[in-house]
Amino acid sequence: MSEMITIIVGYLQYPFVRYALIVGVLIALCSSLLGVTLVLKRFSFIGDGLSHVAFGAIAIASVLNLSNEMIFVLPATVFCAILLLRTGKNTKIQGDAAIAMISVGALAVGYLLMHLFSTSSNLSGDVCSTLFGSTSILTLTQGEVWLCTILSVIVAGMFLLFYHKIFAVTFDEDFAKASGTNAGAYNLLIAVIIAVIIVLAMNLVGSLLISALVIFPALSAMRVFQSFRSVTICSAILSVCCALIGMLVSIVAGTPVGSTIVAVDIVAFLVFCLVGNIKYHVTFRG
Amino acid sequence: MAQLTCQNLTLKYDGKPIVEDLNFTIHAGDYLCIVGENGSGKSTLMKTLLGLHREYNGVMETGDGLKANEIGYLPQQTIVQKDFPASVKEIVLSGCQGRCGWRPFYTKEEKQLAMKNMERMGILALENRCYRELSGGQMQRVLLARALCATQKLLLLDEPVSGLDPKVTAEMYQLIQRLNREDKITIVMVSHDIAAAVRYASHILHIGEWVFFGTKQEYINSSVYRGFNKTEGSNNLAEKTEEQAAGRKDVRE
Repeated sequence: MSEMITIIVGYLQYPFVRYALIVGVLIALCSSLLGVTLVLKRFSFIGDGLSHVAFGAIAIASVLNLSNEMIFVLPATVFCAILLLRTGKNTKIQGDAAIAMISVGALAVGYLLMHLFSTSSNLSGDVCSTLFGSTSILTLTQGEVWLCTILSVIVAGMFLLFYHKIFAVTFDEDFAKASGTNAGAYNLLIAVIIAVIIVLAMNLVGSLLISALVIFPALSAMRVFQSFRSVTICSAILSVCCALIGMLVSIVAGTPVGSTIVAVDIVAFLVFCLVGNIKYHVTFRG
Repeated sequence: MAQLTCQNLTLKYDGKPIVEDLNFTIHAGDYLCIVGENGSGKSTLMKTLLGLHREYNGVMETGDGLKANEIGYLPQQTIVQKDFPASVKEIVLSGCQGRCGWRPFYTKEEKQLAMKNMERMGILALENRCYRELSGGQMQRVLLARALCATQKLLLLDEPVSGLDPKVTAEMYQLIQRLNREDKITIVMVSHDIAAAVRYASHILHIGEWVFFGTKQEYINSSVYRGFNKTEGSNNLAEKTEEQAAGRKDVRE
């Protein structure tokens, strides 16, 4: 045990490891905040869909030789998020089908573009690292860390400020609209925030595993806790802990960062399921 | 002056008119039941009154000091709510959201209002319980308390007793009647249950193949009610209520 701590402390000497931990924790916190809302609104897969859109956008950006990919990727993802959350009701293509369509479409077009125009010698390596995150979290520059921190603070601040409104809109959109809340605007806000989170989180876990970061903490917390506030707080804490443990394990054991974090999330989910069951039996049978 | 006036109201869905030329007024203290066959446009009418459905021609205006966002709404329960992790208090408090505007947090008065309405609905003891663990009747009381946080004047109830057992249904109707009589809250209710409608309501709006608007007594004497009963056929309960309401003692089989 003390040996492992020595190793971890040794790694913490390197600034890139510290950056990775800071960014990882911030992203885990932000992604878990909206997770509860998305799971309850039956939008669990929007994270997946949007991350594929972001993948496609990255492909386009690299084809266009943009120096800073973010400039293109963020607006494109925000635009698709708005499109997806808007289509929820009144269109011919239903929400889940729309998500499936846009996500698979973006993935295919993105890969196609990368294949046709890529100048890189290691195409499959590039694609793999975009999809699964691999090492990009360990190559962050100081500027990227600042950008990530600022965006995270904005996301968390927005969530705190609009917490009650997000609750009202999630629980009962019709009632919220009828009593004068501008539900459309808040849905838009949720869409924009989730898009920002997705783009941020791509660095950490890659575009295939983002959904896990968004939904697992929320689902775990929902097994045990009974109120919206406690579920939200629990999922935020859980998400941060899992991300931290996952990153440390991956540093020590040399496993891929993204999939290790998700594996820790899965273990946490199973533990919470068990606790939830025991709690249920104690309350209602005992 | 009427709280709500509709003149020559034509409701459309996907561009097609589904209800045409509705004329009715709702005054303070009325108890209006909107009845009609499935698919006759009851829910669309309700959504129009709430401002959620905007495809209509004609005039719909609020008056008598009622603002458009001062309507309390008891919607039908959605699937999302069935497993929603939220405490009773959180849900009731969210009824105050309409009066918040851009203010991010609730004031002390709003929290007190939520407590008062929970007490009124007899669910104060459930304050910290999780919504998804409640019985159907308790859930409806929670949503009713939330609606009361949004209004002191007019409640719109969309099938408030669907899915409830007979005993809880009767309790629910009595609760609504008490709100109408004692607290002078105007009630507008969409219902399938014509028997209960003629029993509790003061006015009836019947939409569908035949359109009728008038007081309960006028409705019972109208051909719409008799015709509707005949087509319903097996609706014995409604027939009995008709007999009782008409004051006759010889109950036909």
